[in-house]
Amino acid sequence: MSTEPYAIEMRDVWFSYERRPVIEGVTFALKQGDFLGIIGPNGGGKTTLLRLMLGILKPQKGLIRILGELPHDAKHRVGYVPQYTNINVTFPISVMEITLMGRLAHCRIGRWYSRQDRQKAEEVLRQVGMWHERHTPIGKLSGGQRQRVFIARALATDPEILFLDEPTSSVDPDFETDLFDFLRELNRKVTIVVVTHDIGAISRNVKSVACVNHSLIFHEEGEITAQMIDMAYECPVDLIAHGMPHRVLSSHEEE
Amino acid sequence: MVCLTVYCHLMRKSEMWEALQFEFMRNALAAGILVSIACGVIGSLVVVNRIVFISGGIAHAAYGGIGLAFYTGIPPTLGAAIFSVGGSLLMGMVSLKTKHRADTFIGVLWAIGMALGVILVDLTPGYNADLMSYLFGSILAVPGSDLWFMVPMDMAIVLVILLFYKEFIAMSYDEEFAFVVGMPIRALYLALLCMIGLSVVMIIRVVGLILVIALLTIPPYIAEKYTTSLARMMVLSSLLGILFALAGLWLSFKFNLTSGATIILVAGAAFLLSQAADGLRRRSSPLKEGS
Repeated sequence: MSTEPYAIEMRDVWFSYERRPVIEGVTFALKQGDFLGIIGPNGGGKTTLLRLMLGILKPQKGLIRILGELPHDAKHRVGYVPQYTNINVTFPISVMEITLMGRLAHCRIGRWYSRQDRQKAEEVLRQVGMWHERHTPIGKLSGGQRQRVFIARALATDPEILFLDEPTSSVDPDFETDLFDFLRELNRKVTIVVVTHDIGAISRNVKSVACVNHSLIFHEEGEITAQMIDMAYECPVDLIAHGMPHRVLSSHEEE
Repeated sequence: MVCLTVYCHLMRKSEMWEALQFEFMRNALAAGILVSIACGVIGSLVVVNRIVFISGGIAHAAYGGIGLAFYTGIPPTLGAAIFSVGGSLLMGMVSLKTKHRADTFIGVLWAIGMALGVILVDLTPGYNADLMSYLFGSILAVPGSDLWFMVPMDMAIVLVILLFYKEFIAMSYDEEFAFVVGMPIRALYLALLCMIGLSVVMIIRVVGLILVIALLTIPPYIAEKYTTSLARMMVLSSLLGILFALAGLWLSFKFNLTSGATIILVAGAAFLLSQAADGLRRRSSPLKEGS
């Protein structure tokens, strides 16, 4: 065992909205440098789990550590790419301004962005291939271009862990391939956690898989193997075996 | 009545230059400009944060403070300021806590504030003809002393926005992301509501509390369509506000109309024109805007 803290550690985490339990007794630990895909049925708690890791939600019970710190204390060490559907496209804001927001974790309140902040923003915009669009209003970009900008914003924080929530929803398939190539490259330095409903993309690209449906099943593998791909697909089957509520199965039957 | 006499006198000469000879006219122009600046800056944040309804609630709750001021004899501006800032903090706290029922609570506070104002005025001995001026504004009756309250208010608002521009823009654009990178979302939100409260006190002087929402939202709404950054949106909506205020003031003077309502109708006409222009542009281009 290395002495460095886990990227993510959760121990018996419980969370419910009002009285409706969403996360029930989740325990797992993710090593730094891993590439985790979180899958699971809609309403199973994927996004809730992500929000708990980011400190947006607080668990009613249990312990969460991000890089050995409380979730919100690690804010300057994590990057977040929220779900694309939550984005306001009429807002008068340029690509550069959005990217600079990633620097807020390192900035002092009440100061303007520094030269270093702008240099970092330039660096990450070049990295995602959006530097030439830096003055463009966000509303004028295509879905894939916007997603690149939100990835640049997350990278501007200089994160040790990058969280992405459904990064491939409502963008073209080409972008999806590009994105996962990009993330694999990035994964040399950065731990990556992707929430997605797209089991195919996960199985081809990630190192480990967690399936969330109120409780969580974590498959940790050193490398991508055929067995691993099976596991990703098996995940819903596992849930049935565990006697969990299984919307995945019912939706299969409907199809 | 005095006002009307003055109006008739002015109508005969019917020249703006002549109007400017009068102190009340100069004060009205200054008040229009000062209020437009506050409206442009704060109204832009109101529009992009979609808190128009809360702003309406704050404005109407302020009426309770005006009633209280009449009843206790404190300056009405002070009474309005206490109620609008208190009301904005209360509404802000509720909307942070219970997001789903916040609009109901705001509606309730809106009504209670108005009713309280009416009752307190009832209880005040003697009749105050002045009250209507708080409902519909009285830009022509703005005393010089009020201007000396508006100037530092504008300066404070602009200073706060200059200092915390990147924080406010982050909160307004993507609250969740702003929280994740460590922005004090609650403090920023409550600070914004307080600034709305203080601006509302100024705007009441000019167009009255019933028309506050129009001045806070119409210039920013138009400006948003033609700008690519929040800062430019604030500047353009301030300029539009000044234009509407001056045009409305001139029209109200020329045709002897209630100035607050005239200013709003000018703004409303501009709003409809810009909507019509949008419609034409969309029809002429085959591609739909945005997604």
